[in-house]
Amino acid sequence: MKKPPVPLLQNGVRADGRLPDQMREVKISVGVVSNADGSAMVSYGATTAVAAVYGPREMHPRHLSLPDRGVMRVRYHMAPFSTKDERKSPTPSRREIEISKVLREALEPAVLLEQYPRSRIDVFIEIIQADGSTRVASLTAASLALADAGIYMRDLVVGVSVGLVDGVVVLDLNGLEDNYGEGDLPVGYMPNLKRFVLLQLDGAWKREVFLQALNLAVKGAEYVYQIARDALKNKYMSIAEEIYGR
Amino acid sequence: MASVSPYARRFISYLRREQIKRLAASKNRVDGRALDQTREIEIKTGVVKTADGSAEVKLGKTHVIAGVKVGLGQPFPDAPDEGVLVVSAEVLPHASPYTEVGPPDESAIELARVVDRGIRHCGYVDFKKLAVEGGKAYVLWVDLYIINDDGNLVDAANLASVAALKNTQLPAVVKDESGAVKLDRNNKSPLPLETSKVPVAVSVGKIANVLFLDPNFEEELSLDGRVTFTISEDRIVAAQKTLGYFTQPELEAALDLAIKGRDRYLEALKSILGSS
Repeated sequence: MKKPPVPLLQNGVRADGRLPDQMREVKISVGVVSNADGSAMVSYGATTAVAAVYGPREMHPRHLSLPDRGVMRVRYHMAPFSTKDERKSPTPSRREIEISKVLREALEPAVLLEQYPRSRIDVFIEIIQADGSTRVASLTAASLALADAGIYMRDLVVGVSVGLVDGVVVLDLNGLEDNYGEGDLPVGYMPNLKRFVLLQLDGAWKREVFLQALNLAVKGAEYVYQIARDALKNKYMSIAEEIYGR
Repeated sequence: MASVSPYARRFISYLRREQIKRLAASKNRVDGRALDQTREIEIKTGVVKTADGSAEVKLGKTHVIAGVKVGLGQPFPDAPDEGVLVVSAEVLPHASPYTEVGPPDESAIELARVVDRGIRHCGYVDFKKLAVEGGKAYVLWVDLYIINDDGNLVDAANLASVAALKNTQLPAVVKDESGAVKLDRNNKSPLPLETSKVPVAVSVGKIANVLFLDPNFEEELSLDGRVTFTISEDRIVAAQKTLGYFTQPELEAALDLAIKGRDRYLEALKSILGSS
């Protein structure tokens, strides 16, 4: 095991001062890209993801369209300046290709694609600044952008990560904990339907730890869900105010 | 590069899918297997003489060859005293009528990365013993070749990888006249492994809220969900949901079923891992 530059956990407090079951500050705004049909910016601490949705729109090339449902296109990408050390090459890495796939498969169960035959819905996610948990921040941003675009959905999808640090299960890993901790479990969750749509474990966890981590993920997702819902509502309340006055 | 909903849609007839769903609802399967039963497994090692290690796995009609080539290279900056593992997967155009010629697509990349994560953290390969003097390290290139895809590539590819690593002979490191290190393929020794920690990937499928092991090709086309757990001893070393959704009780049940499946795969690996 690599030795961290600072202790990850001391007297039950994490290196950045959080308790094990505490999220970093969650900031969410909806409608941040005016040209897009829907958009959202989500920050978990220093990790910031911007998602923009275009669609439903015509599928090009047309032979790739499906007769009975819409097609979703998801791109997860990290800005070259988003990483701490060297510049990240803008060419999509194997990691980004895999994450684009798992994010698409996490969003598809939430979207009523059968309502959009022969169409396509594009979801573009860009990591502006990375400090751990980027794929789950992306998932929250993407589902809010889809909702903002007025796409029919079964539920919002909220992403949170859970990790193991000095044998303790912790919520919302930052970059330091991701690098030096004992594994992470990014989770995508639909809080109303209580369904897991993203699940990727990288570590060496006993069964009890895994089950404990799932419980903490649900708790974290429910917390982020409230903030996400308020952010979505806020956008429409402010439009209503503009039209009807206070 | 973006991920698009699969359009080269692997079609299954509506009637066949309904039949599979109806069968699943009554805990039965198209090929007559029990829910916790895997297909027949055949594992052979040393099938490719030009490789430093190789294995061939047949899981039912799914057919995978894994080849290991050993190289010398730079260790990862965050692990300067360890060897390097690189897993790639190639789903050959032979594998099914739906496979296209071209570089590995997102499914092949995901397959390789899931297998990679399973091997990386479980302690099966002793990476500490793979550092080489002069700041170099052994690089283990594991290439997965999918010859025939009859479903559940992850489990088969994982079995092939661990068997091929068991079969791998590490070339000795020698210095040439200028003092640079290189590999001597005439002088080999077995790759240092901790066989008790072998990682086993087990995929669990879900159709009509019923969970089962080792989905075959037709079942894969009818899935409501699929999750893979890679298990080493009493630990989960990798997990990946690759389709649909799961509730929390379903995930717990899937994990328990996966532990059962692990025992079946271990049984098949026994003769390979037992002999040195």
